[in-house]
Amino acid sequence: MGRIVILGGGVSGHTAASFCKKWVGKKHEVVVITPNSKWNWIPSNIWVGVGKMSTEQVTFELAPIYKKQGITYIQAKALSLHPDGGLDSDSPYVTYEHTHKDKMGQQETVTYDYMINATGPKLNFSATEGLGPEHGHTVSVCTPQHAVHASEELKKVIEVMKSGKRQKILIGTGHSSATCQGAAFEYMFNVEHELNEAGVRDMADLKWISNEFFLGDFGIAGLHLKKGGYVTSSKVFAESLFAERGIEWIVKAGVYKIESGIVHYENLDGQKKTEAFDFSMLIPSFSGVGLKAFDKSGADMTEKIFAANGFLKVDADYTKKPFAEWRAADWPKTYQNPTYKNLFAIGIAFAPPHAISKPMQSTNGTNISPAPPRTGMPSAMIGKAVAKTVTDMIKGKITEPQGNHSMTEMGAACVASTGSGFFNGSAVAMTVFPVVPDYEKYPGVGRSLKYTFGEVGLAGHWIKHLLHHLFLHKAKFRPGWSFIPE
Amino acid sequence: MNKESQIKPYEPSSGAALPTRFTLYMRQNFIYQVFRFIMINIKMTIIIWRSH
Repeated sequence: MGRIVILGGGVSGHTAASFCKKWVGKKHEVVVITPNSKWNWIPSNIWVGVGKMSTEQVTFELAPIYKKQGITYIQAKALSLHPDGGLDSDSPYVTYEHTHKDKMGQQETVTYDYMINATGPKLNFSATEGLGPEHGHTVSVCTPQHAVHASEELKKVIEVMKSGKRQKILIGTGHSSATCQGAAFEYMFNVEHELNEAGVRDMADLKWISNEFFLGDFGIAGLHLKKGGYVTSSKVFAESLFAERGIEWIVKAGVYKIESGIVHYENLDGQKKTEAFDFSMLIPSFSGVGLKAFDKSGADMTEKIFAANGFLKVDADYTKKPFAEWRAADWPKTYQNPTYKNLFAIGIAFAPPHAISKPMQSTNGTNISPAPPRTGMPSAMIGKAVAKTVTDMIKGKITEPQGNHSMTEMGAACVASTGSGFFNGSAVAMTVFPVVPDYEKYPGVGRSLKYTFGEVGLAGHWIKHLLHHLFLHKAKFRPGWSFIPE
Repeated sequence: MNKESQIKPYEPSSGAALPTRFTLYMRQNFIYQVFRFIMINIKMTIIIWRSH
C-alpha cells in the first residue's frame, strides 16, 4: 500500500484529497495534515464580515467528513520535509506538530510515497507595522474569526454614524506587494451596501487604497472585455463601479505602517503620505508557511526546494527577466518539484515564476505592485489535476506527469459580491480566459475576448449564493459531489 | 437618482463611466436577471469545460 500525504486542507488541498481518495480507493492511503479543525469556504467570509452570515454557515468540522471518506486526518502543523529520508531509512517523511488540544505541541513524523504541498499562505500581518486585528489597528476578513471581528467593528462605526458623527472607512491592501485585491473589492462594496441598508451611507466617507497601478488590475494585469461595441479595460469597469457608489480611490500605494486611525503609505512618485480612518480592512501580504527541508544527513536544504518567499519550487522557469520577456511558457504545467519527482505543490503553495501584473518600483526603490493571486477556481482545478497525476503515478500507470495544467491554459470564473440580498443584492460576475495572460496567443489584450466577460446585477448575487451552497455540498462529499466542477 | 448629478468636475472619478437609470433598473429587474442568470451560467460552464 502506498501513501499520499497532503499538507493543508484548504480549497486546493481538500480538492486534491477528495479526488486522490476517490481514484485510489482502499488500495492506497491518503493522509491530510492540516492545523485547522474546520474547513472554510473562504469566499463567503465577506458576508461574515458584514454580519450577513455566521461562521457556522461558512465552515464545517473536517474530522467526521474525512472519516466517512476514508481519508486519514491529522490535525497538525507541518514543520519540515525530509525528501531523502533520514539516517535510519531512505523513506521520505514529513515532521509535524499536533494542534489538537489532546496532543497539542507533540511532534511526530509520517512517511510518504507522494507528497502534495497545499499549505496555502501565511497571513503576513507582521510585514506591515500596525496591520491586522491581533497586534494592529485594522480588521481582516481572511479567516472566519477575523471576519466576525470585522463585523463587530463595522457595527460599532455604524452606531457612531447613527449618532450623527461622520466616519472614514478605508479598505484595500495593507502592503506594497499584497494580493487578493478581489476580496478587498468585495468587502468594500458589501460594506457600502450595509451602510445603505442601515441608512447611514451619507455619514460615511469610503476610500479604497491599493498597490494596483490602476483600479481593476486585481493582480492579474487587469482584463479586457467587449462592452457596448468597445473593447473595454477593467479599469473603466472598476472606476465606474466606484464612481457610481461615490467611493474614492488611491492606487499605486504601498502601505508600510499603520497607527491608530492613520495609514502611512508610499506612492510610486516616492512621496510618503497618510490617510486617516475610523474603520479599515486591509489585506496583508502572503508568504510561505515557513516549512523547512532537510537532506538525509539532517543538513538544511530549504533553499534548494523552496523559493525565497517560502513557496515550493515547481516546473516553472524561475529565471529573472524583465516584464517584456515574460512568456506563458514560464508558468508551471505539472506542479512537480524539479528535484524530487514525488513532490508537488498546488494552490498558493507553489512558487510562481513571476508576478502577473507588471512590477512597478517607486523612486525610492520600493516594489509597489500586486503579487500573483493563485486562489479560488484555479487552485481547485490545479488540485484536481495534480491528484490525477499522483494517483496515476502511484498506480504505476505513468512515470511522468501528463498534460498541461498551466494557468495560461486555464480560465476562471469569479463572482464578486457587491451586496447581499435575494431581491436587492448584486454582484460582478466575471470570467477570464486564461487566468495568466498570454500575449503571444492573444496579442494586445493577452486573453480571449470571446471567453472573457463581466457584468453587474442581481443574477451575479444569485450565482454567488448558488456557488456557496454547491461548493459546501461538494466539500462535504454529499451525493454527486464529484460531478460539481471546481 | 441621477448618478450623473454626483460628478465632481476634475476629480479622478469624473472620468468614470456612469450607469444610466435604465441600466440600473435592468440590473435589478427580476425577469431580466433570471434570463441573465441562465446566460451567465452557460458562459461559465463553457469556461469550466474549456479549462478542465
